[in-house]
Amino acid sequence: MAEFAIIFISAIFVNNILLSQFLGICPFLGVSNKLSTAAGMSMAVCFVITLATVVTYLLNMLLAAFGLEFLQTISFILVIAALVQMVEIVLKKISPALYSALGIFLPLITTNCAVLGVALTVVTKDFNLGEATWYAFSTSLGFGLAMVLFAGLREQLALNNVPKAFRGIPIALVTASLLAMAFMGFSGLV
Amino acid sequence: MEEHTMGKFQLITKGLIKENPTFVLLLGMCPTLATTTSAINGMSMGLATLFVLVLSNMAISLIAPYIPDKVRIPSYIVVIATFVTLLQFVMQAYVPDIYETLGLFIPLIVVNCIVLGRAEAFANKNSVVDSACDGLGIGLGFTLSLTVLGLVREILGSGSAFGFKFIEGDGILAFVLAPGAFLALAYLIVIFRKLTSRKAE
Repeated sequence: MAEFAIIFISAIFVNNILLSQFLGICPFLGVSNKLSTAAGMSMAVCFVITLATVVTYLLNMLLAAFGLEFLQTISFILVIAALVQMVEIVLKKISPALYSALGIFLPLITTNCAVLGVALTVVTKDFNLGEATWYAFSTSLGFGLAMVLFAGLREQLALNNVPKAFRGIPIALVTASLLAMAFMGFSGLV
Repeated sequence: MEEHTMGKFQLITKGLIKENPTFVLLLGMCPTLATTTSAINGMSMGLATLFVLVLSNMAISLIAPYIPDKVRIPSYIVVIATFVTLLQFVMQAYVPDIYETLGLFIPLIVVNCIVLGRAEAFANKNSVVDSACDGLGIGLGFTLSLTVLGLVREILGSGSAFGFKFIEGDGILAFVLAPGAFLALAYLIVIFRKLTSRKAE
Protein backbone atom coordinates (compact mmCIF):
# COMPACT_ATOMS: atom_id res chain seq x y z
CA MET A 1 0.00 0.00 0.00
CA ALA A 2 2.84 2.38 0.87
CA GLU A 3 4.26 1.90 -2.60
CA PHE A 4 1.01 3.04 -4.16
CA ALA A 5 1.00 6.14 -1.99
CA ILE A 6 4.57 6.95 -3.02
CA ILE A 7 3.74 6.53 -6.71
CA PHE A 8 0.71 8.77 -6.23
CA ILE A 9 2.53 11.65 -4.50
CA SER A 10 5.56 11.46 -6.74
CA ALA A 11 3.56 11.41 -9.98
CA ILE A 12 1.33 14.33 -9.02
CA PHE A 13 3.63 16.70 -7.17
CA VAL A 14 7.29 15.77 -7.39
CA ASN A 15 7.58 14.66 -11.01
CA ASN A 16 4.60 16.53 -12.38
CA ILE A 17 4.22 15.51 -16.00
CA LEU A 18 3.77 19.05 -17.29
CA LEU A 19 5.93 21.12 -15.01
CA SER A 20 8.94 18.89 -14.58
CA GLN A 21 8.82 16.28 -17.34
CA PHE A 22 7.60 18.59 -20.13
CA LEU A 23 5.20 16.10 -21.66
CA GLY A 24 1.94 17.35 -23.15
CA ILE A 25 2.96 20.99 -23.36
CA CYS A 26 0.86 21.56 -26.51
CA PRO A 27 -2.55 21.25 -24.79
CA PHE A 28 -1.05 22.95 -21.73
CA LEU A 29 -0.44 26.11 -23.76
CA GLY A 30 -3.16 25.55 -26.35
CA VAL A 31 -6.38 24.92 -24.46
CA SER A 32 -5.68 26.63 -21.14
CA ASN A 33 -7.44 29.91 -21.92
CA LYS A 34 -10.61 28.88 -20.15
CA LEU A 35 -11.01 26.90 -16.96
CA SER A 36 -13.89 24.80 -18.30
CA THR A 37 -12.07 23.66 -21.46
CA ALA A 38 -8.95 22.93 -19.44
CA ALA A 39 -10.98 20.73 -17.10
CA GLY A 40 -12.60 18.94 -20.06
CA MET A 41 -9.25 18.30 -21.68
CA SER A 42 -7.82 16.98 -18.39
CA MET A 43 -10.69 14.54 -18.01
CA ALA A 44 -10.26 13.23 -21.55
CA VAL A 45 -6.50 12.88 -21.08
CA CYS A 46 -6.95 11.12 -17.75
CA PHE A 47 -9.28 8.60 -19.33
CA VAL A 48 -7.11 7.92 -22.37
CA ILE A 49 -3.75 7.78 -20.56
CA THR A 50 -5.00 5.22 -18.05
CA LEU A 51 -6.65 3.06 -20.69
CA ALA A 52 -3.75 3.34 -23.16
CA THR A 53 -1.21 2.40 -20.51
CA VAL A 54 -3.07 -0.78 -19.59
CA VAL A 55 -3.29 -1.81 -23.25
CA THR A 56 0.30 -0.94 -24.15
CA TYR A 57 1.57 -2.63 -20.99
CA LEU A 58 -0.06 -5.88 -22.10
CA LEU A 59 1.09 -5.34 -25.68
CA ASN A 60 4.64 -4.87 -24.47
CA MET A 61 4.51 -8.26 -22.72
CA LEU A 62 3.55 -9.76 -26.06
CA LEU A 63 6.37 -7.92 -27.87
CA ALA A 64 8.87 -8.98 -25.22
CA ALA A 65 7.83 -12.61 -25.59
CA PHE A 66 8.90 -12.49 -29.23
CA GLY A 67 11.93 -10.22 -28.63
CA LEU A 68 10.46 -7.42 -30.70
CA GLU A 69 10.89 -4.50 -28.27
CA PHE A 70 12.23 -2.26 -31.03
CA LEU A 71 8.71 -2.12 -32.41
CA GLN A 72 7.49 -0.32 -29.26
CA THR A 73 7.33 3.17 -30.74
CA ILE A 74 5.48 2.23 -33.89
CA SER A 75 3.07 -0.25 -32.31
CA PHE A 76 2.26 1.94 -29.31
CA ILE A 77 1.33 4.94 -31.40
CA LEU A 78 -0.90 2.80 -33.60
CA VAL A 79 -2.62 1.26 -30.60
CA ILE A 80 -3.14 4.68 -29.04
CA ALA A 81 -4.58 6.10 -32.26
CA ALA A 82 -6.93 3.14 -32.66
CA LEU A 83 -7.90 3.28 -28.99
CA VAL A 84 -8.78 6.96 -29.11
CA GLN A 85 -10.91 6.32 -32.18
CA MET A 86 -12.64 3.42 -30.44
CA VAL A 87 -13.25 5.34 -27.22
CA GLU A 88 -14.85 8.05 -29.31
CA ILE A 89 -17.22 5.60 -31.00
CA VAL A 90 -18.10 3.78 -27.78
CA LEU A 91 -18.68 6.98 -25.82
CA LYS A 92 -20.94 8.34 -28.55
CA LYS A 93 -23.16 5.28 -28.17
CA ILE A 94 -23.05 4.72 -24.41
CA SER A 95 -22.78 8.17 -22.89
CA PRO A 96 -23.66 11.03 -25.24
CA ALA A 97 -23.40 13.48 -22.35
CA LEU A 98 -19.78 12.61 -21.62
CA TYR A 99 -19.08 12.47 -25.34
CA SER A 100 -20.27 16.00 -25.92
CA ALA A 101 -18.37 17.16 -22.83
CA LEU A 102 -15.08 15.68 -24.06
CA GLY A 103 -16.04 16.30 -27.68
CA ILE A 104 -13.30 17.93 -29.66
CA PHE A 105 -10.58 17.03 -27.18
CA LEU A 106 -10.62 13.31 -27.86
CA PRO A 107 -9.16 13.31 -31.40
CA LEU A 108 -6.53 15.83 -30.30
CA ILE A 109 -5.20 13.39 -27.74
CA THR A 110 -3.67 11.02 -30.30
CA THR A 111 -0.86 13.47 -30.91
CA ASN A 112 -0.55 14.43 -27.25
CA CYS A 113 2.93 13.30 -26.34
CA ALA A 114 1.88 12.73 -22.73
CA VAL A 115 0.01 9.56 -23.72
CA LEU A 116 2.85 7.98 -25.68
CA GLY A 117 5.33 9.35 -23.15
CA VAL A 118 3.66 7.67 -20.19
CA ALA A 119 3.21 4.42 -22.13
CA LEU A 120 6.92 4.37 -23.01
CA THR A 121 8.01 5.34 -19.48
CA VAL A 122 5.94 2.66 -17.81
CA VAL A 123 7.54 -0.21 -19.73
CA THR A 124 11.05 0.93 -18.72
CA LYS A 125 10.09 0.84 -15.04
CA ASP A 126 9.70 -2.33 -13.04
CA PHE A 127 5.95 -2.06 -12.59
CA ASN A 128 3.38 -4.81 -12.41
CA LEU A 129 0.04 -4.20 -14.11
CA GLY A 130 -1.59 -2.71 -11.00
CA GLU A 131 1.27 -0.30 -10.32
CA ALA A 132 1.46 0.67 -13.99
CA THR A 133 -2.24 1.53 -14.09
CA TRP A 134 -1.99 3.44 -10.83
CA TYR A 135 1.08 5.34 -12.08
CA ALA A 136 -0.71 6.29 -15.29
CA PHE A 137 -3.79 7.41 -13.38
CA SER A 138 -1.77 9.48 -10.88
CA THR A 139 0.28 11.06 -13.64
CA SER A 140 -2.83 12.13 -15.48
CA LEU A 141 -4.25 13.58 -12.26
CA GLY A 142 -1.04 15.60 -12.04
CA PHE A 143 -1.67 16.74 -15.59
CA GLY A 144 -5.18 17.80 -14.61
CA LEU A 145 -3.98 19.65 -11.52
CA ALA A 146 -1.34 21.66 -13.38
CA MET A 147 -3.74 22.31 -16.24
CA VAL A 148 -6.55 23.62 -14.02
CA LEU A 149 -4.20 25.77 -11.91
CA PHE A 150 -2.65 27.22 -15.05
CA ALA A 151 -6.01 27.91 -16.69
CA GLY A 152 -7.18 29.70 -13.54
CA LEU A 153 -4.07 31.89 -13.61
CA ARG A 154 -4.49 32.64 -17.30
CA GLU A 155 -8.11 33.68 -16.84
CA GLN A 156 -6.92 36.28 -14.35
CA LEU A 157 -4.06 37.24 -16.63
CA ALA A 158 -6.44 38.07 -19.47
CA LEU A 159 -7.79 40.96 -17.39
CA ASN A 160 -4.41 42.60 -17.02
CA ASN A 161 -2.59 45.01 -19.25
CA VAL A 162 0.43 43.12 -20.54
CA PRO A 163 3.26 44.73 -22.58
CA LYS A 164 2.63 44.20 -26.28
CA ALA A 165 5.56 41.90 -27.01
CA PHE A 166 4.60 39.65 -24.09
CA ARG A 167 0.98 39.17 -25.11
CA GLY A 168 -0.20 35.63 -25.72
CA ILE A 169 2.29 32.83 -25.29
CA PRO A 170 5.29 34.63 -23.71
CA ILE A 171 3.40 35.82 -20.63
CA ALA A 172 1.82 32.37 -20.36
CA LEU A 173 5.32 30.87 -20.36
CA VAL A 174 6.43 33.27 -17.61
CA THR A 175 3.40 32.18 -15.59
CA ALA A 176 4.25 28.53 -16.24
CA SER A 177 7.79 29.23 -15.08
CA LEU A 178 6.53 30.58 -11.74
CA LEU A 179 4.18 27.62 -11.39
CA ALA A 180 7.06 25.23 -12.11
CA MET A 181 9.13 27.01 -9.48
CA ALA A 182 6.34 26.51 -6.96
CA PHE A 183 6.17 22.82 -7.82
CA MET A 184 9.94 22.55 -7.32
CA GLY A 185 9.18 23.07 -3.65
CA PHE A 186 7.83 19.52 -3.60
CA SER A 187 11.11 17.96 -4.73
CA GLY A 188 12.65 15.74 -2.12
CA LEU A 189 9.22 14.96 -0.70
CA VAL A 190 9.50 11.25 -1.47
CA MET B 1 -1.81 19.56 -56.88
CA GLU B 2 -1.39 22.87 -55.20
CA GLU B 3 1.81 24.54 -56.32
CA HIS B 4 3.78 26.96 -54.19
CA THR B 5 5.56 29.92 -55.68
CA MET B 6 8.80 29.80 -53.73
CA GLY B 7 12.21 28.83 -55.08
CA LYS B 8 14.28 26.08 -53.47
CA PHE B 9 16.48 28.54 -51.60
CA GLN B 10 13.46 30.36 -50.19
CA LEU B 11 11.99 27.04 -49.09
CA ILE B 12 15.08 26.39 -47.02
CA THR B 13 15.48 29.88 -45.54
CA LYS B 14 11.84 30.54 -44.62
CA GLY B 15 12.10 28.05 -41.75
CA LEU B 16 14.84 30.11 -40.13
CA ILE B 17 12.91 33.33 -39.54
CA LYS B 18 9.53 33.77 -41.21
CA GLU B 19 8.13 30.36 -40.31
CA ASN B 20 10.47 29.52 -37.47
CA PRO B 21 8.80 26.51 -35.81
CA THR B 22 9.79 27.44 -32.27
CA PHE B 23 9.58 31.22 -32.01
CA VAL B 24 6.83 31.98 -34.53
CA LEU B 25 4.68 28.86 -34.97
CA LEU B 26 5.23 27.62 -31.40
CA LEU B 27 5.21 23.97 -32.43
CA GLY B 28 7.05 21.05 -30.88
CA MET B 29 7.20 22.68 -27.46
CA CYS B 30 7.81 19.49 -25.46
CA PRO B 31 11.27 18.63 -26.84
CA THR B 32 12.06 22.35 -27.04
CA LEU B 33 11.65 22.78 -23.30
CA ALA B 34 12.84 19.38 -22.16
CA THR B 35 16.06 18.80 -24.08
CA THR B 36 17.64 22.26 -24.09
CA THR B 37 19.53 21.91 -20.83
CA SER B 38 22.71 22.60 -22.80
CA ALA B 39 23.58 23.85 -26.29
CA ILE B 40 24.86 20.44 -27.38
CA ASN B 41 21.71 18.65 -26.20
CA GLY B 42 19.48 21.17 -27.94
CA MET B 43 21.45 20.85 -31.14
CA SER B 44 21.35 17.03 -31.07
CA MET B 45 17.59 17.06 -30.58
CA GLY B 46 17.23 19.51 -33.45
CA LEU B 47 19.37 17.40 -35.77
CA ALA B 48 17.48 14.23 -34.83
CA THR B 49 14.20 15.94 -35.71
CA LEU B 50 15.74 17.28 -38.93
CA PHE B 51 16.68 13.75 -39.95
CA VAL B 52 13.14 12.44 -39.47
CA LEU B 53 11.59 15.54 -41.01
CA VAL B 54 13.52 15.36 -44.28
CA LEU B 55 13.06 11.60 -44.74
CA SER B 56 9.38 11.54 -43.81
CA ASN B 57 8.64 14.57 -45.99
CA MET B 58 10.26 12.83 -48.97
CA ALA B 59 8.51 9.51 -48.36
CA ILE B 60 5.12 11.10 -47.82
CA SER B 61 5.46 13.23 -50.91
CA LEU B 62 6.11 10.02 -52.90
CA ILE B 63 3.25 7.95 -51.52
CA ALA B 64 0.64 10.67 -50.94
CA PRO B 65 -1.12 10.23 -54.33
CA TYR B 66 -1.82 6.57 -53.52
CA ILE B 67 -3.24 7.03 -50.00
CA PRO B 68 -7.03 7.35 -49.64
CA ASP B 69 -7.88 10.66 -48.03
CA LYS B 70 -9.67 9.14 -45.04
CA VAL B 71 -6.72 7.16 -43.72
CA ARG B 72 -4.00 9.65 -44.52
CA ILE B 73 -3.19 10.76 -40.96
CA PRO B 74 -2.68 7.21 -39.59
CA SER B 75 -0.61 6.39 -42.68
CA TYR B 76 1.60 9.44 -42.15
CA ILE B 77 2.07 8.48 -38.52
CA VAL B 78 3.21 5.00 -39.53
CA VAL B 79 5.70 6.46 -42.02
CA ILE B 80 7.04 8.87 -39.40
CA ALA B 81 7.22 6.15 -36.74
CA THR B 82 9.23 3.97 -39.12
CA PHE B 83 11.83 6.68 -39.62
CA VAL B 84 11.94 7.37 -35.90
CA THR B 85 12.65 3.68 -35.24
CA LEU B 86 15.40 3.86 -37.87
CA LEU B 87 16.81 6.93 -36.14
CA GLN B 88 16.77 5.10 -32.81
CA PHE B 89 18.89 2.30 -34.32
CA VAL B 90 21.34 4.75 -35.91
CA MET B 91 21.74 6.75 -32.70
CA GLN B 92 22.12 3.65 -30.54
CA ALA B 93 24.90 2.47 -32.84
CA TYR B 94 26.89 5.66 -33.39
CA VAL B 95 26.06 8.15 -30.61
CA PRO B 96 24.87 6.05 -27.64
CA ASP B 97 25.71 8.84 -25.12
CA ILE B 98 23.46 11.40 -26.78
CA TYR B 99 20.77 8.75 -27.24
CA GLU B 100 20.94 8.09 -23.50
CA THR B 101 20.70 11.81 -22.60
CA LEU B 102 17.78 12.63 -24.89
CA GLY B 103 16.08 9.40 -23.79
CA LEU B 104 12.32 9.44 -24.08
CA PHE B 105 12.27 12.41 -26.43
CA ILE B 106 13.71 10.48 -29.37
CA PRO B 107 10.73 8.09 -29.70
CA LEU B 108 8.47 11.06 -28.99
CA ILE B 109 9.50 12.66 -32.31
CA VAL B 110 6.62 10.52 -33.64
CA VAL B 111 4.11 12.83 -32.00
CA ASN B 112 6.04 16.04 -32.65
CA CYS B 113 3.49 18.31 -34.30
CA ILE B 114 6.14 19.86 -36.56
CA VAL B 115 6.74 16.60 -38.42
CA LEU B 116 3.08 15.69 -38.89
CA GLY B 117 2.29 19.34 -39.61
CA ARG B 118 4.74 19.53 -42.50
CA ALA B 119 3.46 16.24 -43.92
CA GLU B 120 -0.09 17.51 -43.88
CA ALA B 121 0.57 21.11 -44.89
CA PHE B 122 3.33 20.69 -47.47
CA ALA B 123 4.68 17.25 -48.35
CA ASN B 124 1.41 15.68 -49.50
CA LYS B 125 0.92 18.23 -52.26
CA ASN B 126 4.43 19.02 -53.45
CA SER B 127 7.26 17.29 -55.29
CA VAL B 128 9.93 15.17 -53.58
CA VAL B 129 12.75 17.69 -53.99
CA ASP B 130 10.64 20.59 -52.75
CA SER B 131 9.45 18.54 -49.78
CA ALA B 132 13.03 17.65 -48.92
CA CYS B 133 13.98 21.35 -49.06
CA ASP B 134 11.01 22.26 -46.90
CA GLY B 135 11.95 19.60 -44.35
CA LEU B 136 15.53 20.79 -44.37
CA GLY B 137 14.48 24.42 -43.88
CA ILE B 138 12.04 23.80 -41.04
CA GLY B 139 14.47 21.30 -39.48
CA LEU B 140 17.31 23.83 -39.60
CA GLY B 141 15.07 26.48 -38.05
CA PHE B 142 14.16 24.08 -35.27
CA THR B 143 17.82 23.08 -34.73
CA LEU B 144 18.92 26.70 -34.62
CA SER B 145 16.22 27.70 -32.13
CA LEU B 146 16.98 24.74 -29.87
CA THR B 147 20.70 25.48 -29.99
CA VAL B 148 20.14 29.15 -29.08
CA LEU B 149 17.76 28.24 -26.26
CA GLY B 150 20.17 25.56 -25.04
CA LEU B 151 23.08 28.02 -25.21
CA VAL B 152 21.23 30.66 -23.18
CA ARG B 153 20.23 28.13 -20.54
CA GLU B 154 23.72 26.64 -20.42
CA ILE B 155 25.43 30.03 -20.04
CA LEU B 156 23.06 31.15 -17.29
CA GLY B 157 22.61 27.79 -15.66
CA SER B 158 26.07 26.30 -15.58
CA GLY B 159 28.39 29.06 -16.77
CA SER B 160 29.59 27.25 -19.86
CA ALA B 161 28.98 27.27 -23.61
CA PHE B 162 29.00 24.09 -25.73
CA GLY B 163 30.63 22.33 -22.78
CA PHE B 164 33.48 24.84 -22.32
CA LYS B 165 33.36 26.29 -18.84
CA PHE B 166 34.22 29.97 -18.57
CA ILE B 167 32.87 30.83 -15.12
CA GLU B 168 34.19 29.23 -11.95
CA GLY B 169 31.61 27.48 -9.81
CA ASP B 170 27.92 26.98 -10.51
CA GLY B 171 25.53 29.19 -12.42
CA ILE B 172 21.89 29.84 -11.64
CA LEU B 173 20.74 26.25 -11.22
CA ALA B 174 17.08 27.11 -11.91
CA PHE B 175 17.91 27.72 -15.57
CA VAL B 176 18.93 24.10 -16.05
CA LEU B 177 15.75 22.97 -14.29
CA ALA B 178 12.12 23.33 -15.39
CA PRO B 179 11.33 26.96 -14.40
CA GLY B 180 14.30 28.30 -16.35
CA ALA B 181 13.16 26.47 -19.47
CA PHE B 182 9.83 28.29 -19.51
CA LEU B 183 11.39 31.63 -18.58
CA ALA B 184 14.23 31.50 -21.12
CA LEU B 185 11.83 30.51 -23.91
CA ALA B 186 9.42 33.33 -22.96
CA TYR B 187 12.16 35.97 -23.16
CA LEU B 188 13.61 34.56 -26.38
CA ILE B 189 10.18 34.74 -28.05
CA VAL B 190 9.83 38.35 -26.90
CA ILE B 191 13.27 39.27 -28.25
CA PHE B 192 12.54 37.45 -31.51
CA ARG B 193 9.24 39.32 -31.89
CA LYS B 194 10.91 42.67 -31.21
CA LEU B 195 13.64 42.02 -33.77
CA THR B 196 11.35 40.76 -36.53
CA SER B 197 8.71 43.48 -36.04
CA ARG B 198 11.40 46.16 -36.32
CA LYS B 199 12.57 44.55 -39.56
CA ALA B 200 9.03 44.61 -40.96
CA GLU B 201 8.69 48.32 -40.26
